[in-house]
Amino acid sequence: MDWDWNNAADSIPLLLKGLVVTLELTLLGSLVAYVLGVVFALVRRGGIPVVSQLVYLFVEFVRSTPLLIQVFVLYYLLPPTTGIKMSPFVTGVIALGVHYACYTAEVYRAGIEAVPKGQWEAATALSLPRRRVWTGVILPQAVPRVLPALGNYTISMFKETPLLLAIGVVDVLSSAKAVGAETFRVVEPYTIAGILFLLISYPASIIVRRLERRVGQL
Amino acid sequence: MSEHFRQILSSILEGLNATIWAALGGIALTVVLSFVAGLALLSPVRLVRFVSRLYVEVFRGTSEVVQLFWLYFVLPALVGFKLVPLFAGILVLGLNHGAYGAEIVRGAVNSVPRAQYEGAVALNLTPAQRMFRVLLPQAVVEMLPPFNNLFIQLLKSTALLSFISAGEITERGELLRPVFGSEIVTIYGIELVLYLLLAVVITVIMRALERVGARRLGRTPVKRNLRGKALETAGR
Amino acid sequence: MIRFDRVVKSYGDHVVLRELDFTVAPGEFVTLIGPSGSGKTTILRLLMTLEKIDSGTIQVGGEYLSHRERGGKLVPADEKYLRGIRRRIGMVFQQFNLFPNMKVLQNITEAPIRSLGLSKGEAEARAVDLLEMVGLSEKADAHPTQLSGGQQQRVAIARALAMRPDVLLLDEVTSALDPELVAGVLAVLKQIAATTDITILCVTHEMQFARDVSDRVIMFDQGQVVEEGTPERLFTEPSQPRTQEFLKAVIQRA
Repeated sequence: MDWDWNNAADSIPLLLKGLVVTLELTLLGSLVAYVLGVVFALVRRGGIPVVSQLVYLFVEFVRSTPLLIQVFVLYYLLPPTTGIKMSPFVTGVIALGVHYACYTAEVYRAGIEAVPKGQWEAATALSLPRRRVWTGVILPQAVPRVLPALGNYTISMFKETPLLLAIGVVDVLSSAKAVGAETFRVVEPYTIAGILFLLISYPASIIVRRLERRVGQL
Repeated sequence: MSEHFRQILSSILEGLNATIWAALGGIALTVVLSFVAGLALLSPVRLVRFVSRLYVEVFRGTSEVVQLFWLYFVLPALVGFKLVPLFAGILVLGLNHGAYGAEIVRGAVNSVPRAQYEGAVALNLTPAQRMFRVLLPQAVVEMLPPFNNLFIQLLKSTALLSFISAGEITERGELLRPVFGSEIVTIYGIELVLYLLLAVVITVIMRALERVGARRLGRTPVKRNLRGKALETAGR
Repeated sequence: MIRFDRVVKSYGDHVVLRELDFTVAPGEFVTLIGPSGSGKTTILRLLMTLEKIDSGTIQVGGEYLSHRERGGKLVPADEKYLRGIRRRIGMVFQQFNLFPNMKVLQNITEAPIRSLGLSKGEAEARAVDLLEMVGLSEKADAHPTQLSGGQQQRVAIARALAMRPDVLLLDEVTSALDPELVAGVLAVLKQIAATTDITILCVTHEMQFARDVSDRVIMFDQGQVVEEGTPERLFTEPSQPRTQEFLKAVIQRA
């Protein structure tokens, strides 16, 4: 096995720095996805004449096309047309956020739908004000149910961040590539990068699975 | 304008071949690995279960891009020969999505009502007969919608092959960008439409398979909306 | 108290209620019987404003439920108006529909606080009284999931009564219960019928209960009134063939 422990040890600091960037991207991207997903879900549900249909088409479109191209569109199309120039990092956050918002919107919708119809009817029968029906009855039952799905999407996002190296984001993979270019040895940096991903995503998915089991018992 | 459009279009279309081959190859490998690993996850033999669980967790837990880089850049350094980009791409697509597919297979087989399994035992069928003649045929119909989504994911992932110069759609587009800098909308617009069309093709085929499968089981196929969500429960 | 005038209700192509006329006097306990699909549950759901009628009018306590008066004409009611009327009507469901994210006491105090504007103290005092009436005082702090079906249904009854409705609708409230738990719920309902003057409309398959408690029984079929009368008269000497058929089948099963 052609493994150089020295090189491995030397690459780790740089890779860890890249990992921090990866984690930041995931965190911020997830925040955008969670919040924007609510907006999408509400608009869809609200049935506003033209806007709701447009949102539906947009969501389906984003889900059916590669994230990489969406990243390129944001990075190369937006500056010339709107004059706004965003750093690769910010572009990455927005691209990830919007892309995954299209998935979280569906999760929210399914979560609300999963609340038994009888709950709505009982709330109506008791003449509860509309706002209270949502905050007191529906959301407390819907939110726990959607958490596992949201967790899984965050983990997926975490694993998709490396593609952002196409626009120059310095994440784990980009750092590994840089190390490889300098030392002419690719085995150690790339393997360690892979291990780093595994070290974070595997425990995370175990946690989500456990959460799923607990929620399933509700 | 229109002259540029035609040039851009034909240039990008040159990548369609590679994309389709990558997708088909990836899907084929995914199906094979999904069933092998999926059934292995259900094996009574602990070692077999362990090995397939290892495969599934490693390939689900690491990033597809990282896997791609590793297979294309690291493997040659270790074993001495370099893989053709398209082939490396198909390998990664298959390995990665096969891991997710294994869970789909496992889940679908588990979802077949236990009564079916018990009926097969009562009829004295061997374990292999139980699986292949009773459980799997019923499970396959359940698998088709999630596989539909998985295959579309795979199609989207072919864009990642642009990192290793496999000559597919996304890479062709990127090569054009320095030349046709002002027509970025056209470039990406064409790419997006192509991917959409390919996704529709996949969905149409999968839905047709679903109908065939449901009919063979004596069920009326489930009506689905655009997204694949069931609009009603399956009838018998 | 309740008045249906030529009410028509269909679901798609399926007409459930055809020009239905019937009335219920204040304080009456009326039981609706009949085969499934005859429209009995639809009547309750219309009263609870869970569904809208296609034509005709419904009045509760002299006020229109389905429409509002505007400048002398009748206009379909809007949500705001409905919410005002709805407070006077309560419903107990077959599936109980207790809120799983609240404890028993909060289930009962929720609507009085949020919809009637009671203070927490007042609502809780009322809830405690009601829990005692249904025999579940010690369960105030429990979770709905920790209760048996019969207990949950009794909490649901207390919850509906906490709104002090003029009209109480009971939709097959014992059909989802294990047989041995049914008696407890029926006992509570008998008590309510005897001690309050709430107008009660009940859909049930419990014929003995209907006989014991109702002031009047109405037999429905295919969205129309087939026959009505006092329990004694209807159960012992049904005059319509459809009623006779139905009762024979139901009593044979019991």
